[in-house]
Amino acid sequence: MSWLDVISPGVQSTVQDAGRQGYRHHGLAGGGALDIRSYTWANKLLDNPRNAACLEIILGGFHGVARGQLQIALTGAEAPVAINGNPVQLWQTLNLNDGDELTIGHSTTHRLIYLAVAGGLDTPLCFDSRSVVVREHVAGLAPVKPDDKLTALQPGHELPSRFVPISCRPGMQPDVTLRLVPGYQYSLFKRTDILRLTTSVYTVSEQSDRMGFRLQGPALASPPAGIISEGIAQGAMQIPGDGLPIVLLNDCQTIGGYPKPGVVPSLDCGALAQQLPGANIRFELTDLATVQNERRLFEHHYHQTRWCQNGRSLAWL
Amino acid sequence: MLEPVSEDAVLITLAEAIDDALPARITRLTQSLHDANLPWLRDLVPSYTTLLVVYDPVRVDFREVTSRLRAIVKADNTQTERTVQATGDLVELPVYYSVESGPDLAALAAETGLSTAEVIARHSALEYRVHALGFAPGFAFMGEVDPTIAQPRKPTPRKRVPAGSVGIANRQTAVYPQASPGGWQIIGRCPVRLFDPQHLSRLKAGDRVRFRAISREDFLAAGGELTEICEP
Repeated sequence: MSWLDVISPGVQSTVQDAGRQGYRHHGLAGGGALDIRSYTWANKLLDNPRNAACLEIILGGFHGVARGQLQIALTGAEAPVAINGNPVQLWQTLNLNDGDELTIGHSTTHRLIYLAVAGGLDTPLCFDSRSVVVREHVAGLAPVKPDDKLTALQPGHELPSRFVPISCRPGMQPDVTLRLVPGYQYSLFKRTDILRLTTSVYTVSEQSDRMGFRLQGPALASPPAGIISEGIAQGAMQIPGDGLPIVLLNDCQTIGGYPKPGVVPSLDCGALAQQLPGANIRFELTDLATVQNERRLFEHHYHQTRWCQNGRSLAWL
Repeated sequence: MLEPVSEDAVLITLAEAIDDALPARITRLTQSLHDANLPWLRDLVPSYTTLLVVYDPVRVDFREVTSRLRAIVKADNTQTERTVQATGDLVELPVYYSVESGPDLAALAAETGLSTAEVIARHSALEYRVHALGFAPGFAFMGEVDPTIAQPRKPTPRKRVPAGSVGIANRQTAVYPQASPGGWQIIGRCPVRLFDPQHLSRLKAGDRVRFRAISREDFLAAGGELTEICEP
């Protein structure tokens, strides 16, 4: 068995996989890794199952010691990373030997770092998933703390070294434009308010977490009144009475009564979740076919490509 | 009405306004969708007037989902016979109504001009429907309470409401499955656990619920806890 002894988990680190499926009717959030691209690439580097559990580290500050041989991969926000004090890069496989110290410093530009281990993290399944939704206070589902063991399902150094091609890495921009698929109460919003939403620059508020990102900027002047509570799709934008958008993310409530002009696609939600307070956000309208095709292609790529011998490119099967 | 709302969800809207017949209809439609054995179906999230269908976008695209769902909804609308599932389970929940376990009971009585005994009698007289689950795991929104005991949420939510607390918000009533912040008017406490990770939610949308007033002794004997109190 091989594992990482946690010395310091950082600001907040939680185990996340692809999320829970089929429990929302019990009032349970979906959970799961916020930045799908970074999470998926961390697993892809290690040939892990698509839904393998990783550690989602907010802002960095993680320090751990390897027990036994481990293969890991780090993706996401750029942060200083070192093994035994020697700097290493993200977006590649890394080998740890018994006693090796892994330190992840703080990211100053983005929010989320994913730490994957070969085979995925071996934590108990709850609701058919290893995702931790802190706000639900379900026994056993809590952030990682000092002295926890992060055990890899697959010990040893089996895989050759690999790098995610630069062209495949999600752009870690300072500002992002998010697409919005019109839906839900879109037609109840005034045209001028939709124009305001799609021509203004919003900034990420301090009050942003795994439940949702609040945005600051020009408020919509006359959003529709509250509606009868209805099921919320992940990524839905809700507009409360103050007219300022909230993009609901993986840990959001399952139903809600604020009007929603549409939904931000999951891959764009990942780009949003990477942003720090103050980052600039713009919105543009798109259509469902475009974003669904994109998501399907993304999933298809995961399952239908294999690493080439050089470990630096992928080939379609 | 049926509308794809995101890359993995379609919203089925069955009515524009809440009515008492809807939970049964939504429950029946949920059952029809389960019976259809749709390999791409991931979750069904019922609410007051809607059913959100979550699917796997890798297996199917929104056009196919929409057309399959439309056919099932249409068939379901013409099917009036299948009422077995539609009635919903009847669940009886014991409640220790008191000032000790329900810090808002006295104020609610004063506000409505009723005695506390009358508030308790009216709250436990009706059979409620579970319209939706949400807010927290196992939190069931039930309706509708007698208009004479309806009270809006507290202007400032409490920091902590103990597990089992029975509350009123306008014409809705609910039991807090676990301790959480909350703004509902708390009138009593239920000793039954409404959510645990093994058995999941005790209540589901479409269920019928009756509250039965019990004594302090019976509440404690049923495993109820009074040590925790509401935090302002």
